[in-house]
Amino acid sequence: MNYEPVIGLEVHVQIKTKSKAFCGCSTEFGAEPNSQVCPVCLGFPGSLPVLNASFLDAAIKVAVALGCQVQEFTKFDRKHYFYPDLPKNYQISQYDLPLALNGFVDIELESGAKRIRVKRVHLEEDAGKLIHADKMSLVDFNRTGMPLLEIVSEPDLYSPQEAYEYLNNLKSILSYLDISDCDMEKGSLRCDANISVRPKGEEKLGIKSELKNLNSFRAVRDSLTYEIERQVGALGVGEKIIQETRLWDDKESKTYSMRSKGEAKDYRYFPDPDLPPFIIKFSKVDEIRKALPELPKEKQVRLMRDFGLSEYDAGILVFSKKDAEYSEDCMRKYPKENKKQVANLLIGPLLSEANNRNCRLVGLDLSAENLLELIDYVDSNKISHLTAKIVLTEMIDTKKKASVIIQEKNLVQISDTSSLNISIEEVIKENDKSVQDFKNGKENALMFLVGQVMKKTKGKANPKILQELLRGRLKDA
Amino acid sequence: MSCQKLYKFSAHQLREKLNSREIKSEDILLSLSERIRETESKVKAYVRLNGQNLKFSSQTPAKTDGLLNGIPISIKDNICTEGMPTECCSKILQGFNPPYDATVIRKLKEAGALILETKLNMDEFAFGSSTENSFFGVTHNPWNLACVPGGSSGGSAAAVAADEAIAALGSDTGGSIRQPASFCGVVGLKPTYGRVSRYGLIAFASSLDQIGPLTKDVRDCALVMNVISGYDPMDSTSVNMAVPDYTASLGKDIRGMKFAIPKEYFVEGMDPEIKNIFSEALEQIKKLGATYQEVSLPNTKYAVPVYYIVATAEASSNLSRFDGVQYGLRIGDRGQVAGDRGQSAENRLIDMYNKTRGEGFGEEAKRRIILGTFSLSHGYYDAYYLRALKVRTLIKNDFDAVFKDFDAILAPVSPTAAFKIGEKASDPLKMYLSDIYTISANLAGIPAISVPGGFTKGKLPVGLQILAKPFAEEVIFQVASAYEQATPWYNEEPKL
Amino acid sequence: MINFMQITKDTVKYVAALARIELKEEELARLSGQLEGILNFIDKLKEADVSQVSPTSHILTVNNVLRKDELKTSLKPEKVLNNAPHKEGTSFVVPKVI
Repeated sequence: MNYEPVIGLEVHVQIKTKSKAFCGCSTEFGAEPNSQVCPVCLGFPGSLPVLNASFLDAAIKVAVALGCQVQEFTKFDRKHYFYPDLPKNYQISQYDLPLALNGFVDIELESGAKRIRVKRVHLEEDAGKLIHADKMSLVDFNRTGMPLLEIVSEPDLYSPQEAYEYLNNLKSILSYLDISDCDMEKGSLRCDANISVRPKGEEKLGIKSELKNLNSFRAVRDSLTYEIERQVGALGVGEKIIQETRLWDDKESKTYSMRSKGEAKDYRYFPDPDLPPFIIKFSKVDEIRKALPELPKEKQVRLMRDFGLSEYDAGILVFSKKDAEYSEDCMRKYPKENKKQVANLLIGPLLSEANNRNCRLVGLDLSAENLLELIDYVDSNKISHLTAKIVLTEMIDTKKKASVIIQEKNLVQISDTSSLNISIEEVIKENDKSVQDFKNGKENALMFLVGQVMKKTKGKANPKILQELLRGRLKDA
Repeated sequence: MSCQKLYKFSAHQLREKLNSREIKSEDILLSLSERIRETESKVKAYVRLNGQNLKFSSQTPAKTDGLLNGIPISIKDNICTEGMPTECCSKILQGFNPPYDATVIRKLKEAGALILETKLNMDEFAFGSSTENSFFGVTHNPWNLACVPGGSSGGSAAAVAADEAIAALGSDTGGSIRQPASFCGVVGLKPTYGRVSRYGLIAFASSLDQIGPLTKDVRDCALVMNVISGYDPMDSTSVNMAVPDYTASLGKDIRGMKFAIPKEYFVEGMDPEIKNIFSEALEQIKKLGATYQEVSLPNTKYAVPVYYIVATAEASSNLSRFDGVQYGLRIGDRGQVAGDRGQSAENRLIDMYNKTRGEGFGEEAKRRIILGTFSLSHGYYDAYYLRALKVRTLIKNDFDAVFKDFDAILAPVSPTAAFKIGEKASDPLKMYLSDIYTISANLAGIPAISVPGGFTKGKLPVGLQILAKPFAEEVIFQVASAYEQATPWYNEEPKL
Repeated sequence: MINFMQITKDTVKYVAALARIELKEEELARLSGQLEGILNFIDKLKEADVSQVSPTSHILTVNNVLRKDELKTSLKPEKVLNNAPHKEGTSFVVPKVI
């Protein structure tokens, strides 16, 4: 029996307003426990919530950016459950009349573009933090009352990779809006996954597991991969899947059941009487829509048009807004019309360097001018692509300019045919066998000979010109 | 100094004496303290008194021109006062010392009032109509010590009636200011919902609660309302509307005003004495040149059921926070070794919640929390809570219709006068039904006052209720003042 | 035929668990009886015609109550923990969870 997975993701984004969702406490990360709290976010008796206007604006911004329908009438509800990190033992959230519905995030798959529907976007307050000590747990309420947006997808994701792509694209859009740090390590972006499997072709959904404790996009992908296997394996031996919450253990690469005995969750939602409802005028939504920054998709299309980049190349460059701006700056300043040279360098070696150093392109601290200077050397055949890569690394490490490094290391490549010919003659003399091999049809021998010349010239021979000359010379040999 | 018996006076009278420098504020505090020491053992209006010296928020007011300068005000135990214990007369909140003042407290202080640190007794979490549900014991009606003072602001009403408070604050969710005011022969007003900030009022039912004054006369009530009313940015349900000078409505005649009398309020089982007193009050109103007419509030019969779903549902939610984690009582675990009693970690936590709340809440509190939780629970929400909210709309519509043609509604406050302590305690439903005349005003969000309206043969006070449309407290004060001045009731005093 | 009283007792038990309130056996019995009576009384609401009305969850006609995104002074940890039954440093202590 062939099974297919069906995945839905719930993403929580912490909005970086100055103050919390319902009170004036700071939202700064890392303060001493219980130093950024007040009667309201502590849920002290007699306290009352008042909604942060910037939180609402940020929520509308996100909803619009995800193509959602912002609801004209929206309200808050209380979601009840008992837990030490929830001071009122209810969370102010939204239930049946959330802020926005029916949006989407597009992802790129090998088979083409796929649209993942966003079911809803709603506002809620965050809970506190529990720190587990040896024999007790400690509660820090600094995080209670932080503004959160919950973004729920439809179960449109059919593989762990799709889930990964969805998260990347969602994060990209959110970071463009500049409403959150979107940092999974700091907890400003969190993800829970719902996954079930069903026989291929079946329409009905299977029983799902809810996966929690996913601390990176990779963990999301890996946990889903594991869970699919587990569920398929279980079904294969006739077991039934139980609807439950499972925790991902990153070290062990396994999910564990969090099954707690007792009642199914009855949150007893009802409209929060302390918060009158909100009527969101179309004019407000329109105002926010008009003020949206250029989003990744739009930027991608524009880079393709302005700089003749391929969809794929443009796609890579727009992933991060700052990187996109940097890349665009480089391409604008590049004097040639064909920007491929710049694009290739950005997407290839430069991105590679960034990944190795675990930072963004902009984090490499390499100015557009300096990068273009390097490219100029390549364009004018003074150095090869290979040399350029080496120089690039050095530029980033030492912060020296390309010209300085090339000068210091004497890296300007030899394109001058007469000096190349001398080396070529020497190599032909010294490698008679290879010459014969080539003449007998072995193409590899040519590459060997090229290598030998390279060795002689300490890598500085212009490979293109060298090949041409060598081939030509061997014809006559 | 102490023979001046300054405790007998109302706040506005004391203001006059202070202004003319006849007395100093310390004189008032001294007189009041003596009175409390004298009578408290009989009335038991205050809690946690412990024979200590009475303390006030300050001995002298900060300013010299506040509306309540130098006047001591007593506070119900569910209004947060910084640095002073506020326990809602519940075991579960024992020792709770709020780190902040309720907005009304801040406003009182800004007006120069001196807040008495010892709080007034109440039914636990305001759940009750008799002040028999307090963790600290029963308060006695100053008019007849064997009777209840009403509730839940029983301590507030009894203290004012016994001159153990110059004026007091209470809270009203279903009649908790008006009914004890009626039982104790004092003035008690429930403002329009949203007129007075709820920030710092320990919530019972968020969509029904209001803080209001209990005073010796109508003028004091208007004076206190001038101080405590107004928009509060800390309360999303407080309304941004200017506060008029309520004292300007006093002393005006009510000639030509039209009043409505809801016929549904005159049901079987109504105490005939109450009926008579009410009829006499209507006669008095007529003498003052106003007219009255019978009207229908057809959904009155649903008021009590709606209230007991909506109020208990909201209460069950608001009281979820009492769990032993941050304040108050904690039972079951002080965070020791896991697996002590062979329990899983999760179980130990649930145990702490269950035991703390099981022991910390009194019976009425438990009853209401269970009822409220039930109404909100899966499978019952639509039939109970949602339906109740819809019927609430019907009740509100009834009032809107009447206020189109009438200036105010006149009604009794309670079907009976103060009952004996213990008489209704064992039958919660009977107790709930006695809220019939006061509950609707909370459901509709309209202002309503109880003013002394007469006495039973047994010399128990009976109040007259005046209700007006939202934010029409001025009408209420106008009518209440005219009636008060034309009748002898407010001059009567309990013999203690 | 299901004993109505029995349903109510189990319901009360279930609801008390939801509300995290431990009831003694005699409390459970007493509350069940009283609640049964109260619910019977409340059932009167079924008679009301609510077909033409929407629910009132907020009696005021106020909407869009918002505050500016500004910082206000928070409480000092000493004040926050002043009432704590059990604390350590500036944290609240609870039985270990998980």
